[in-house]
Amino acid sequence: MNDSTEETQNPPGRPRPRIAVVKFASCDGCQLSILNMEDDLLALGEALDIAYFPEASSNMQPGPYDITLVEGSITCPEDLPRILDLRQQTTTLITIGACATSGGIQALRNWADVEAFKRAVYPSPEYIHSLSTSTPISEHVKVDYELWGCPLDKQQLLRVLTDLLRGVTPRIPTHSVCLECKRQGHVCVLVSKGMSCLGPVTRTGCGAICPSMGRECYGCFGPAEHDSVIPGVPPNTDSLAKQFHEHFQLIPADMVRRFRGINGSVQPFQKESDAWESR
Amino acid sequence: MPGNPDSTRTIKIDMMARVEGEGALHVTVKDGQVQDVQLRIFEPPRFFEAFLQGRHVNEVPDIVARICGICPVAYQMSAVHALEPIFGVEIPQGIRDLRRLLYCGEWIESHVLHIYLLQSPDFLGFASGLDMARSHSDLVKRGLRMKKAGNHLLTLLGGRSVHPVSVKIGGFSQAPTKSALHALKDEFLWARDAAVETLRWVSRFEFQDPEQTYTFLALRGSSDYPMNEGDVMTNQGHHMAASEFEHHFHEVQVPYSNALHCTLNGRSYLTGPLARLALNQDRLSALAKEFLQSTGLALPFNRASMGIVARSVEVLYAFDEALRLIENYEPPCTPAVPVTFRAGVGMAATEAPRGLLYHRYEVNTDGTIRLAKIVPPTSQNQRRMEDDLRNLLPGILHLNDQETARKCEQLIRSYDPCISCATHFLKFTREEVS
Repeated sequence: MNDSTEETQNPPGRPRPRIAVVKFASCDGCQLSILNMEDDLLALGEALDIAYFPEASSNMQPGPYDITLVEGSITCPEDLPRILDLRQQTTTLITIGACATSGGIQALRNWADVEAFKRAVYPSPEYIHSLSTSTPISEHVKVDYELWGCPLDKQQLLRVLTDLLRGVTPRIPTHSVCLECKRQGHVCVLVSKGMSCLGPVTRTGCGAICPSMGRECYGCFGPAEHDSVIPGVPPNTDSLAKQFHEHFQLIPADMVRRFRGINGSVQPFQKESDAWESR
Repeated sequence: MPGNPDSTRTIKIDMMARVEGEGALHVTVKDGQVQDVQLRIFEPPRFFEAFLQGRHVNEVPDIVARICGICPVAYQMSAVHALEPIFGVEIPQGIRDLRRLLYCGEWIESHVLHIYLLQSPDFLGFASGLDMARSHSDLVKRGLRMKKAGNHLLTLLGGRSVHPVSVKIGGFSQAPTKSALHALKDEFLWARDAAVETLRWVSRFEFQDPEQTYTFLALRGSSDYPMNEGDVMTNQGHHMAASEFEHHFHEVQVPYSNALHCTLNGRSYLTGPLARLALNQDRLSALAKEFLQSTGLALPFNRASMGIVARSVEVLYAFDEALRLIENYEPPCTPAVPVTFRAGVGMAATEAPRGLLYHRYEVNTDGTIRLAKIVPPTSQNQRRMEDDLRNLLPGILHLNDQETARKCEQLIRSYDPCISCATHFLKFTREEVS
């Protein structure tokens, strides 16, 4: 079935990297973003040996894989052996999107009683196998690169794949979306319109689309890093929240919802929402 | 059937390909008779309705979009249309038109993906659209360019095509300029011609699955082909406002699936492009009517595989309708009308690419959600898919297991099931007693 290895574009002696695209709990939007690379999709299909991508192909080949793109978060017991096995089969593992990288919106269950959810939702909750948490891939296995975003930015993914194909170490920017917003010349919606914009604490990558559409950022690319040189310094969510509270009259319940969203269970955002909840 | 006629035979598909989300099929055959057909949804539940409780209504369009990456606009549209009546909001025609235009973008993107990359490889004998592109490069490129046009429209109106950001209660965060929309016209004129070619192409496929007796269900409005407006109708004489949906339709749980089944008075029905077209062919544009007629295919289409024709008709219609809306566009004086939140209950149904999508919300006085209920199209079609398979199987059991499974999978795929969507609904359910 794998006739693709005979492609003439394939440089002699150097097989095309075998890539897998796999899914855990998710909406499929990040996988769709791959199929939405309309101009580059066919070229990508030539440069890579797409060995496993059930959403796009019935031809599902077993591992090992050079690159595995992982969409979705870990939410049920069956996921655990699967992700461990995938890690063993994979040279470079990349999470694509908020679910795989931070646990995603379904991590809102982490604050709730999932057994009660199940009872509320399903007449026979015993049929449903679900963990009480939604966790990112990195909590279970080593992740080589993380692509944030709900959905991810397809240009960012394309850049990472191109880098890997050329043997370059991918660099994924970690600064806040404000820089991109200013670069595009948008009027600041926080300063000029008093909108509770999460841009100052949110990672760049989306292209500052929310301010460009006249609304506030809601943090779907996860927390920015405060320092572009020293990794791991969290953004100043505390100061931003105080601004929302004191100047925009947001009440603590608003603040909890603001930070407990699409990437609510990731450390800096979780810390902030929990702090406001206990006030 | 080969082998011992008394034997029990199991036909399994462990992982269905070219569908959105994760599902499997399990068929049991005993003494040459189909005993059991189970479409197993193992896509894990994400409990959207549960965690919508306590969120502010302003957040609902952003949250429900995340139920489905393929049809986020549908979720946003059903949500705002369910919520706005609670607050007594009247949406002006200009904003309604813009919402319809946004929906055109989503129908195009979702349908073209299915036509070119997911379903047509079955008719041409390929494992994927990418494999098909090796020998049918121009064809696949045409599809990708049409899909790109749909995504471009979504991006222009919504900021991005997957999980657009501009939809809000009352309208949009921002309306496009006239010149930005007019800049799409040339590409859309090309794409409309390409949609005609697409319809010609798919209408010549061989449709070999058995004819079914469908109960079609779709919205039907007073004038336009249905997207955001209309009553719920069937070809069996049902006619109701969306607010009465739950009086007639019930969700039931089955042990082998994380998705509930929705039934009409206990029986299966079909929603989606085949149903919309069967009930609304007179609402198509003149152009779409003309080219549908020129295929020589008679409506209603009673085969699941003919979904590809229905989708192609709708893509042609969506490009034509988008061009009409772009041509007549005047930016609304305000992109969103002001909204004052109050307590109440609201429900609405809109036509997602895969069929009727029903939302119901109860809102507290502080503008937070008390209860949410969402019934996606794929949960409605699940029971019907199993019925279709029961009718398909007797005619293909003489084939080996692999071939039988392949034909079953093709039939399921022709529904364009969105399994990610189907796993997220909840509440007020009853167990089916068999």
